[in-house]
Amino acid sequence: MKSAYKGKLARINLSTREIKVEELDLELAKKFIGGRGLGTKILYDEGVAKVEPLSPDNKLLFMTGPMTAAKVPTSGRYMVVTKAPLNNMIASSNSGGKWGAFLKNAGWDGLIVEGKADTLVYLHIEDDKIEILPAEAYKGMRSEELDDRLKEVHPGSSVLNIGPSGENLSLMAAVMNDKDRAAGRGGVGAVMGSKNLKAIVVNATAKYADAFDEKKLQEANLECLKKIKANPVTSEGLPTYGTAILVNIINNVGSLPTKNWQEAYFEEADKFSGESMNDEILTKQSFCHRCPIGCGRVVNLDGKDVGGPEYEPLWAYGSNCGVIDLKVISECNRLCNEYGLDAISVPCTIASAMELYQRGYITEEECEGVPLVWGSTEAIIEWTKRIGEKRTELGKLMAEGSYRLCEHYGHPEYSMSVKKQEMPAYDARGIQGIGITYATSNRGGCHVRGYLISPEILGFPEQLDRTSVEGKAKWAMIFQDLTAVIDSMGMCLFTSFALGAPEYASLLNAATGTEYDAAQLLEVGERIYNIERLFNKEAGMKPEDDKLPKRLIEEPISEGPSKGMTSQIKVTLPDYYKARGWVDAFPTEETLERLGLK
Amino acid sequence: MIEIRLFASLREGREKVYKLEEAFSNGEEILDYFQIKSEDVAIFLINGMHSNLKNPIKDEDVIAIFPPIGGG
Repeated sequence: MKSAYKGKLARINLSTREIKVEELDLELAKKFIGGRGLGTKILYDEGVAKVEPLSPDNKLLFMTGPMTAAKVPTSGRYMVVTKAPLNNMIASSNSGGKWGAFLKNAGWDGLIVEGKADTLVYLHIEDDKIEILPAEAYKGMRSEELDDRLKEVHPGSSVLNIGPSGENLSLMAAVMNDKDRAAGRGGVGAVMGSKNLKAIVVNATAKYADAFDEKKLQEANLECLKKIKANPVTSEGLPTYGTAILVNIINNVGSLPTKNWQEAYFEEADKFSGESMNDEILTKQSFCHRCPIGCGRVVNLDGKDVGGPEYEPLWAYGSNCGVIDLKVISECNRLCNEYGLDAISVPCTIASAMELYQRGYITEEECEGVPLVWGSTEAIIEWTKRIGEKRTELGKLMAEGSYRLCEHYGHPEYSMSVKKQEMPAYDARGIQGIGITYATSNRGGCHVRGYLISPEILGFPEQLDRTSVEGKAKWAMIFQDLTAVIDSMGMCLFTSFALGAPEYASLLNAATGTEYDAAQLLEVGERIYNIERLFNKEAGMKPEDDKLPKRLIEEPISEGPSKGMTSQIKVTLPDYYKARGWVDAFPTEETLERLGLK
Repeated sequence: MIEIRLFASLREGREKVYKLEEAFSNGEEILDYFQIKSEDVAIFLINGMHSNLKNPIKDEDVIAIFPPIGGG
């Protein structure tokens, strides 16, 4: 029977150097789809919730979805799924580029990496063949040079790697692929580093995945392409300006967190906006595998074309640190790619350090010649390097993330994070719904687990009132469940500006032979969201972990269009639990029964 | 005086910010003034709040106008 699934996983034990081919459990694949869902289920079943994240007992999964490499738009996505060193929760970090498609085309639904190699190694996968090869020659190497060097050895390949930060086990280390794409959050790069695994290089002969029903898939593909081309976000906004376009919109609704969330409106935000990027440094757009949108940016820095910043690092290095210099901000983003670092958590950690310095908790002496002053371009560059290289006592501490940094100084409340993961670029005091998804995201502070910004700010699928709490809990649940589906299918979340559950169902059905309607597919998403929550419960999550920082509840926004607003999470959270069938942050027996998770 | 901020493609052939003494009753009149087609407007803010083109505008208001955009 033909299917977009390849039907096999590779289990690679780096301690014993054993490589086993395992058959994909198709019944399980049906219940959890692939990618994020199936990866979490495997980890849950194998008891990974109880392990130490940086020990050899942790398992590091690289999971494609059934749609990865299929003949559909944006079919390049894969997930890195593991237990997060940053916060001991489930980490499922999403990335684009080409690597996921290469892995699938090589014939694999996913890789399960276990144990720890006794020396630094890399994996080379060429279709059926998997080799563990020595990587000592690449020790300490940064992403761009490493990518080039490995491609010399393995022409025509796609490279996934960690940089120096993954090797030095920074809790903000990312897994990089294709030079400047990142599975960024939760410290997944540190897990890879803790296994002494430097890179995974893939060569593949096939050019695309099969389908259960080729003809139906082709029809569904054309329908989806039409919708993507007709939607202004996916056909004009994102291609022209990238995600950077959000800087001015979020600032003009007074919800651009500024100086570690002490304010939410930044007068000079336009200086690091998408518009300024286009005027000053943009070379061209870039595209992931089979993507008709092309939201990626290529920018010119000092005469060289490099991957450009998304909205998140623009904000986090920009207003959140009080900086306005677009070129320096872009250079910091490039450094994050080179070191293999989370370009949200790192600048947010620097911002929290700037507040500690402002308040006198971090001393001049500890800054070792680079004071953590708001707006300092020297500070954001130098502290990114110090974090990346774990240099200076304070740099080493900052490499653990903002929560541990602020806790060290006795003030964890200045870490603007949820479950120790730094919140992204939307002030939840001015936008009520995103606050719910921040508080309840299974991996901590995150905007891509339920992007309520779409209805609350952008007006898709309909315009909601950002200041209202009405109905937001139900919206949060639906967005979270649909996102879980998309992340498990192996497609890009940005298609969801144009497509809905019915379209995803038709794609999945044609690719794999399932027969879901929209409601049934959303229920699969709900099941995935709940298995993540069960993993977290096993890992020791407490009900009080679903909360926002005190600042968002007790300190109204001080200036700008959202002056006076606070987060009403105390009202929306109970509504959310009710909608989910959860009590005290966890699913009831009844909910688990209904979802087949008992 | 009202302040009108234009973004993205709406800046083509226009300034980023206008401070105008003219009185505009609502968004429709502003679009008319700038020769902006309503289908080229995705988000229309009055003092940071999403508004439609018929909502009344008063003196000292800050207007921000965006064409269709993206997210991430």
